[in-house]
Amino acid sequence: MRIYPAVHYTMGGLWVDYNLMSNVSGLFVMGEANFSDHGANRLGASALMQGLADGYFVIPATIAGYLATQSPGKRPKTDHASFVQAEENIRNMQKLFMNSKGKRTPASFHKELGKIMWDYCGMARNKAGLEKALQLLPALREEFWQNINVMGQEMDWNQSLEQAGRVADFIELGELLCLDALKREESCGGHFREEYQYTPDDEETKKGLVNPGDVKRRDDEFAHVSAWEFAGVGKQPILNKEPLIYEEVHMSTRSYK
Amino acid sequence: MKVTLKVWRQKNKSTPGEFKAYQTPELNGNMSFLEMLDVVNEGLANKGEEPIAFDHDCREGICGTCSLVIDGKPHGPHQGIATCQTYMRSFEDGDEIYVEPFRAAPFEIIKDLVCDRKSFDRIQQAGGFITVRTGAAPDANSIPVPKDNSDLAMDAAQCIGCGACVAACKNASAMLFVAAKVSHLGLLPQGQPERFKRVKAMVDQMDKEGFGSCSVTGSCEAVCPKSITLDFIAMMNRDYAVALLKGDPKPIAGGGA
Repeated sequence: MRIYPAVHYTMGGLWVDYNLMSNVSGLFVMGEANFSDHGANRLGASALMQGLADGYFVIPATIAGYLATQSPGKRPKTDHASFVQAEENIRNMQKLFMNSKGKRTPASFHKELGKIMWDYCGMARNKAGLEKALQLLPALREEFWQNINVMGQEMDWNQSLEQAGRVADFIELGELLCLDALKREESCGGHFREEYQYTPDDEETKKGLVNPGDVKRRDDEFAHVSAWEFAGVGKQPILNKEPLIYEEVHMSTRSYK
Repeated sequence: MKVTLKVWRQKNKSTPGEFKAYQTPELNGNMSFLEMLDVVNEGLANKGEEPIAFDHDCREGICGTCSLVIDGKPHGPHQGIATCQTYMRSFEDGDEIYVEPFRAAPFEIIKDLVCDRKSFDRIQQAGGFITVRTGAAPDANSIPVPKDNSDLAMDAAQCIGCGACVAACKNASAMLFVAAKVSHLGLLPQGQPERFKRVKAMVDQMDKEGFGSCSVTGSCEAVCPKSITLDFIAMMNRDYAVALLKGDPKPIAGGGA
């Protein structure tokens, strides 16, 4: 079985508060779709564990608090301005896809995106590679919107159109992943920056506290969650830092050796 | 290797379909059947022909989305796996492979190889749930489950609801699917309160959807990607008979949980 980058490996997710509600009121996000537990950590099955923990233990206790503030019949309706706007955006995007006379299929863009991410934002990443990816991805996005070829009809069952919409999202997400990996100048959990690892010359290695090649975390600067705020397509997202403060159990470094 | 595909193409449910032949480009034997279709589709799109529509999602045998009758057998030549886990190395160079959708009256063809399996959802909604208190999950040891029952329930819970059992059955019977869903809950303590209401409601919904009767040919068991056994059908029949003897409780369908 081939293991390859999929949404699962973004190891991030939507920002949520302590009750697992996102910044959209009433939109609760559970499991690995939220950022809360597994951002900097990818030990086996932590995604499954988070799904179970959120579903069994957190949400039954927290969602009631939100529901208690809602009265039946007062749910937002589809004539709400946000809904109308969202629907119009989707319709315009579909029209754009269907009218595009480009040469490349959504799948070919998907593959090119995958190659860029694999080469420069894979298990081991470095500054030069990530900067390169951040040049390649906006160019790919430009080409995507200019040169996409979607087969079939707009109002038919159309998997080509569906894939085009997804790839558009993937390109945006890919850019964000690279940006986040570039700005986090440390190695931590699933994020291994080649520049940040212990060498035989480091004090800690000499003392026998760590082994050469162990990841170098930099808690002084990076003990925070990077919650990126969408600022529009092609615009630099806004970084919101949430400090990680542990009162009882303190952070430690895990060594697999 | 290269193969010739004879693929069922059908524009929509109201247009008659037909087999069309496609010569694949050079394939890698380690491609899954679905990856092979991706490659064929890419070629079609580049020639300006509409790609072949087929259902797929997780591609690791868990989601139950992929279908396909390959050379007359749902989920292809092997036992106990889904189409997505079927690899091209299972075929010979130069083979002619017939690819059809799951065929059954309650599974209307949406397009090409994609059929509508919402009838399964409606059977599930008729009774495939349990009533639980809201609030925190109880301690795991507070509800003892006999080991034999938990093993059997787990076997039944393997069902991914793909519909291969229906596609294989000469009567288009959904008994194996419904039996798996009924038994999974009926075997566990949490499923007892609605046990007899459930079996009645789900079987009634199955009949209403137009699935045929079971004549115990066992073809469903033979093609089931999760190797669900006929024993569960016997178990369901027993519960159904008891439910009839117990009288007719108010059906729980429709109201929803």
